[in-house]
Amino acid sequence: MEKFGYAQGQKFDTYASRLMPREEYFTSGHRSCQGCGEALAVRWVTKAIGKDAIIAHATGCMEIVSSGWPQTAWMHPWIHVAFENTSAVASGIETALKILHRKGKLKGDMPKVVAMGGDGGTTDIGLQSLSGALERGHNFTYVCWDNEAYMNTGIQRSSSTPYGAMTTTSPPGKMSIGQATQKKNMVAIAVAHGIPYVATASPSYIFDLYFKVRKALETPGPAYIHVLSVCPTGWRSATELSVRLGRLAVETGVFPLFEVENGKYRLTVEPPKLRPVQDYLKPQGRFRHLRDKERAFIQKHTLAQYELLLQKCGAAYPEFPVLTEETEEEKE
Amino acid sequence: MAHRVGMEVSIAVSHAVQMSRAEAIAAYPITPQTHIVEHLSTMVANGELDAEFVNVESEHSAMSTCIGMSATGARTYTATSSQGLALMNEILFIVSALRLPIVMTVANRALSGPLSIWNDHGDIMAARDIGWVQIFVENGQEAFDHSVMAFKIAENHNVLLPTIINLDGFILSHVVEAMEFPEQEMVDKFLPPYHPMFSLDPKNPVTMGAFAMPEVYTEVKMGHQMALTGAYEHILKVWKEWGDLTGRHYKPVEKYKTDGAKILLLTMGCLSEVAEVAVDEMRDAGLEVGLLKLRMWRPFPFADLRNAVGGAKHLIVIDRALSLGGAAPPVLAEVRSAFYAMRGRPQTSSFVIGLGGRDVAPGDFKKIVAQAQEEAQQKPTEEYHIYGVRG
Repeated sequence: MEKFGYAQGQKFDTYASRLMPREEYFTSGHRSCQGCGEALAVRWVTKAIGKDAIIAHATGCMEIVSSGWPQTAWMHPWIHVAFENTSAVASGIETALKILHRKGKLKGDMPKVVAMGGDGGTTDIGLQSLSGALERGHNFTYVCWDNEAYMNTGIQRSSSTPYGAMTTTSPPGKMSIGQATQKKNMVAIAVAHGIPYVATASPSYIFDLYFKVRKALETPGPAYIHVLSVCPTGWRSATELSVRLGRLAVETGVFPLFEVENGKYRLTVEPPKLRPVQDYLKPQGRFRHLRDKERAFIQKHTLAQYELLLQKCGAAYPEFPVLTEETEEEKE
Repeated sequence: MAHRVGMEVSIAVSHAVQMSRAEAIAAYPITPQTHIVEHLSTMVANGELDAEFVNVESEHSAMSTCIGMSATGARTYTATSSQGLALMNEILFIVSALRLPIVMTVANRALSGPLSIWNDHGDIMAARDIGWVQIFVENGQEAFDHSVMAFKIAENHNVLLPTIINLDGFILSHVVEAMEFPEQEMVDKFLPPYHPMFSLDPKNPVTMGAFAMPEVYTEVKMGHQMALTGAYEHILKVWKEWGDLTGRHYKPVEKYKTDGAKILLLTMGCLSEVAEVAVDEMRDAGLEVGLLKLRMWRPFPFADLRNAVGGAKHLIVIDRALSLGGAAPPVLAEVRSAFYAMRGRPQTSSFVIGLGGRDVAPGDFKKIVAQAQEEAQQKPTEEYHIYGVRG
């Protein structure tokens, strides 16, 4: 996989674009925005899921663009109930499958159960039901589409919005730099539940994403996948840059791709060299107002977080970018 | 053969759910509903009920999990009370719109604040318009019978609506009563296994819970309204079938000593038994008083109520909930609108009693009747009375 593939040369399946499934389970004709990274992620996650599955989806962008009655973009059996309860709905589906199977009412293989929600539906309002479902150990996979704000309702901040980002409810101003808090570490929260499989993924790394979804589905018990989904509408970025931005998030260390299998961390995409975060921030209008001081702070924070992750992974340190403190001093 | 048992009503309800062969249960503990789900989880643990029991982390998740269970095709049950019902509120509307036949027992309890674990009907009245079938029961036998019948009503393909059985918290749920239990064989014949019309099945994928644009929302709600009002005749059919099997027949509005009555009390839930004692005593004293007991709350049995009133001139409506700042407490509001367009309609008086577990004795009904009679001669000054407020 390009020059940096799966770490440590572990055994893994060979993927090539021509060998990927041609079936579409998230069909064209849905109403997502141009350049939507999330719709791309949904398309590839559903391909990885395959036919034999039931999906519960939270209210949010992907629900609203895909399920306006009488149309649907979903080829799977699919249910939407509300914003904060998709993990509970999935718990019910998984439980019902169990009893129906035991009673002989359901023949053949057990369908996979997948719950999906945006970052608001996962890290904010849906956190309780997700935590409950993870703790109870239902055999299901939760996929979070993280576009880092409430995009569907008009780009309001969520707890997953990164530091400094401009949203309609975290606007920069005389007294504000934009989002004043750091992005909630949802992956660490999932890991803390002691579930067998947790991973981050990105539609800019299709094979990595595909591989992780397969692994999550095949793992008995709960699995959690956190997908960074570039949102040109909310991030104020050019629509043709979505895949590129997803790659820059990984290459700068802002959103590292890794998995946690039974508590063991492993970096799945290891950039040999980290780019400065400025490369990631610059194409996005939501960071336009940031001064060098804040940009330097983001750079520092990103590297610190990345180092912590590398420690957990026991991975080799890549070449880190030179911190831009001089720039800061120059200004002053 | 049916056999007689003496049992706490909550436990009887859990037996009714067991005999109905519920397959999936999700519940969260809240007083005074707890005994029902405790016993159900014991039955599951002992293998006496072949079902899956999920201990969820809130009532909101309880109802959401029930949605997943029912949508996948399992016969689904839960129980709650008060704050729990209020926390579920958002999801309750969605269950009925998704037409999922979940059965729920609500052990009625006052809503906070101030916090009260004791009985009134404030919880269910706040969830009055959720679009479910809603039945009130009066005693343990009714609680058992209606818990079984609820599954048959809800799962009827002409109904497909979730159903709530309301039983008064503590004063009914925690009381030991004599009841008649049918044989499992009879229940199995009466209630065949659940066959969903649609379910979440990869072999036949469907999208559930699509959103509606303004062009269709009204039509969907109209369909919901027609389903709920249309459920009436199917409910009556199920009740008749049960009556033929057990000898216990139920009506939407039950009459007690209404022949020749000039004054009628109207009650819901287990207060009706107290009111019966009061009516007996007033009849002995020569007062022409009778009692109407409202069993079916949704769909509201307008025609049955009009017919049941007969020639009575004065109807005294007893509520166990408030509509603060409004024109009428919930039951009165329905009753008044049932009679408003009718010529020669009876006069209505309204009393709110038994809030937050305040005890109601037969003597209270006598006082209420006396006060209502006295006020009937005068111009009405208040829309309704909150009875027994201490000075």
